[in-house]
Amino acid sequence: MRQVIGLIVWLVVVGLLVSGMLVFIHPFGYPPSDMDDYIIENAQEETASNNVVASVVFDYRGFDTLGEATILFTAVTGVLLLLRTVKRKEESS
Amino acid sequence: MESALFNFPFVAAALLVGISFYILIFKRNLIKLIMGIGMLASGVNLFLVALGYRAEGNAPIYTDVPGGPMVLPVPQALTLTSIVINVAVLALMLTMVILIYRHTGDVDSKKSRILKG
Amino acid sequence: MLSKIVRTVANQLILFVLIFGLYVIVHGHLTPGGGFQGGAVIVSGVVMLLVAFSSQELKKSLSERLLSIMESSGALIFIGLAFAGIGIVFFYNFLVGTPIFGRVPATGPGPGDIWTGGFIPLMNLGVGLKVVAGLSAVVLAMALFSSGEEIEE
Repeated sequence: MRQVIGLIVWLVVVGLLVSGMLVFIHPFGYPPSDMDDYIIENAQEETASNNVVASVVFDYRGFDTLGEATILFTAVTGVLLLLRTVKRKEESS
Repeated sequence: MESALFNFPFVAAALLVGISFYILIFKRNLIKLIMGIGMLASGVNLFLVALGYRAEGNAPIYTDVPGGPMVLPVPQALTLTSIVINVAVLALMLTMVILIYRHTGDVDSKKSRILKG
Repeated sequence: MLSKIVRTVANQLILFVLIFGLYVIVHGHLTPGGGFQGGAVIVSGVVMLLVAFSSQELKKSLSERLLSIMESSGALIFIGLAFAGIGIVFFYNFLVGTPIFGRVPATGPGPGDIWTGGFIPLMNLGVGLKVVAGLSAVVLAMALFSSGEEIEE
């Protein structure tokens, strides 16, 4: 009984998601945006690089890259902390 | 104006998220749950990149680009951050599955839930 | 440890993977790529070495001390470059205009020049070091944990 109710709820949620994509979102290929026009025009003079995505990642939005580097460091520390093989020296009395 | 594709990349991203919901609700094996979380991450990244597409656009790089409008660069930067964070979370989850298998000998999520004295 | 043919071919192929990964990292401000993508390419080469040789053999070359120093220095390069322009703003591009890396390219499409980019190439190197050291340490720890187990009760 519980399985049938779960299946019906899941079907309703997926139906809502797909119909939301067909009705409520802007047509594919015509985004309503103004901020990126400024970035595309002025990125070559202000940051002196040809790659606009690299200048967005490291110069216009550098704080997000700082947070991401912190997350990478913390995850590596956590994994190396959990997977230690500690050899116990047996003390024979 | 309606595009000729009827928003097909958005529908594909929604279907990926929907299938991953089915895996997360109804499956019990821990490895299958981790695969479901990876599929959820892929659906969200596809949705982010598809949001910033301009019709007849080129990649936003000025080295030897043919003229024309350019695709929006900010969603691509956000997707890069999201991929790296998903890799970090996936590594931690796999480590915990290794430790659970070492301690209880079973990868079923219902049998390894009971606290043993 | 796999057979002798696989070990010899892996020894020769690791050089090409390393050069391609360094190319993707260093040209991050001209072509698609950068620190994270080039770091992932080099880590896939390290995984190929891990499969060809066993993890006990690889532990002698990639010691824990070397990986720790690499990751910490990568993080310090990133933070040091972010703090160097603190007189105006955090993360200020202080190398634009100086002759080290700061030549401003011509507006519009055109061929790229390596000596452009401000502090973006140096940050790419720092992030690339961090990703290589971190992810190869994770993969090596997982392989060592599940192979060299001696359970003593």
